[in-house]
Amino acid sequence: MTGMAGMTTPGPPTEPPEAERAVDCRGLSHRFGDHLAVDDVSLWIAPGEVFGLLGPNGAGKTTTIRLLTTLLPLRQGRARVFGLDPGRRPMRVRRLLGYVPQELSADGSLTGRENVMLFARLFDVPRAQRWERVTEVLAAMELTEAADRVVAGYSGGMVRRLELAQALVNRPRLLVLDEPTIGLDPVARSGVWERITELRAATGMTVLMTTHYMDEADALCDRVALMHRGRLRALGAPAELKDQLGPGASLEDVFRHYTGDHLGDAGRQGGLRDVRRTRRTAGRLG
Amino acid sequence: MSAVPDAPRAAWAEAPVPPSWRRLPDRVFALCLVELEKLRRDRTELFTRAVQPALWLLIFGETFTRLRAIPTGPVPYLDYLAPGILAQSALFIAIFYGIQIIWERDAGVLTKLLVTPTPRAALVTGKAFAAGVRALAQAVVVLVLSALLGVALNANPLHLLGVAAVLMLGAAFFSCLSMTIAGLVLTRDRLMGIGQAITMPLFFGSNALYPIELMPHWLQTVSRFNPLSYEVDALRGLLIGTPAHLLLDFGVLAGSVVIGVTAASALLGRLAR
Repeated sequence: MTGMAGMTTPGPPTEPPEAERAVDCRGLSHRFGDHLAVDDVSLWIAPGEVFGLLGPNGAGKTTTIRLLTTLLPLRQGRARVFGLDPGRRPMRVRRLLGYVPQELSADGSLTGRENVMLFARLFDVPRAQRWERVTEVLAAMELTEAADRVVAGYSGGMVRRLELAQALVNRPRLLVLDEPTIGLDPVARSGVWERITELRAATGMTVLMTTHYMDEADALCDRVALMHRGRLRALGAPAELKDQLGPGASLEDVFRHYTGDHLGDAGRQGGLRDVRRTRRTAGRLG
Repeated sequence: MSAVPDAPRAAWAEAPVPPSWRRLPDRVFALCLVELEKLRRDRTELFTRAVQPALWLLIFGETFTRLRAIPTGPVPYLDYLAPGILAQSALFIAIFYGIQIIWERDAGVLTKLLVTPTPRAALVTGKAFAAGVRALAQAVVVLVLSALLGVALNANPLHLLGVAAVLMLGAAFFSCLSMTIAGLVLTRDRLMGIGQAITMPLFFGSNALYPIELMPHWLQTVSRFNPLSYEVDALRGLLIGTPAHLLLDFGVLAGSVVIGVTAASALLGRLAR
């Protein structure tokens, strides 16, 4: 992959005491009607860690994220975000989050700056700092020149970077990225990867991301959790998981080993589903 | 390395939080501002949408004025009709705001907003405000056209201010009704169906086209529960000078908006599940 040379991720963190964990789930389950979307998931994330939830479509990754980001009610199991219960203190939890959903979701009829400004206001960034902060995150995402253009004319990669800018304007403690590079071309993907890597180097922010691209998880994540049909099948540093399987094993092999299944074409290079999604998004923004 | 903010970690997200009583007005303000920015870029649509009410006035209004089929006392029928068409145009804009919310859900925009520390009521109020502003923009077109057709409009600025307030409240209520239904049915297709099914009964079951006294008794009762009747009553009173119950009208409309915002915000979370 281009643009990834020289990027290294530090080793896996040691287990922090409960009170210091960025995220802590125990026995987390969620059911939609008869379908058990998340089944008894327990995991923790250390502050400053980049943690990946891996799995094919329908594995329960997005549902897990929705439970942690207060979008779904917590019915079974326990979850904490920086010690706060998302079910009981949703407003406090939301204040700590930056969230980028799967869809390319910026408002096409506003400019890049207006999109970010809205989020600065919604997160109570003090008026005196607002302009500076918005300019700063736009610059960090390399959108300075495009900032005052209407988003409908942005490329997919630019929209994704704009969404990162929106998610970062409140300086979140936990950045949640749901399939951050889905539907992007390889150049745009590596652009997003670079921004994420720079960001964690500069800020030590905790990142929770879902992906079904194994190379992405390998390059960005300190630890990954493999999910399949709602359950956690394996958890550890990518290198650790691969070593356990034997020399030359890829993360894809690890996944197949634990699930007896494979990710299909979508796991490698973005399948038909991505193409359709991108077309839909392009139609919407245009 | 670009300009990624390099602040001390402990300070991140620890900015002083404004008192919670300010949260709702602050957020409503922020969301209204965004809606105004969108409207500013969207001016052509404001006018193309005014075509339908204009046609109602021109075709239906002119024809029925000649027919003299609807007894409206000393007031010419076109004058009687103009406030009804104003209310109708606001209704037609507002009733499809639920579709916009579903569209925003599908696009991930709503989900993202729901993960910010913003009360659901503020998101709903922001949309309701946008519906009101769109209704106002259309109202200007309808009023100018009415004046050109010779409708004797009251140009007292206080009355016009009242008209603006009534239209904003009406559009806000019907957009909330639409968002409430969106929260119940969850899909665009179903909402389209229901939207179309309720718009005409709301319109014809009100005093927009004819006096309530002409309706059969049961329909008169129904129309008393229809906020559109109160909207039209107030608009007619303010613009044409027909006897109106302004206090009751404003009371009913404001009350309906409060109920609408409450119901729509209670159901908004369902859209993101």
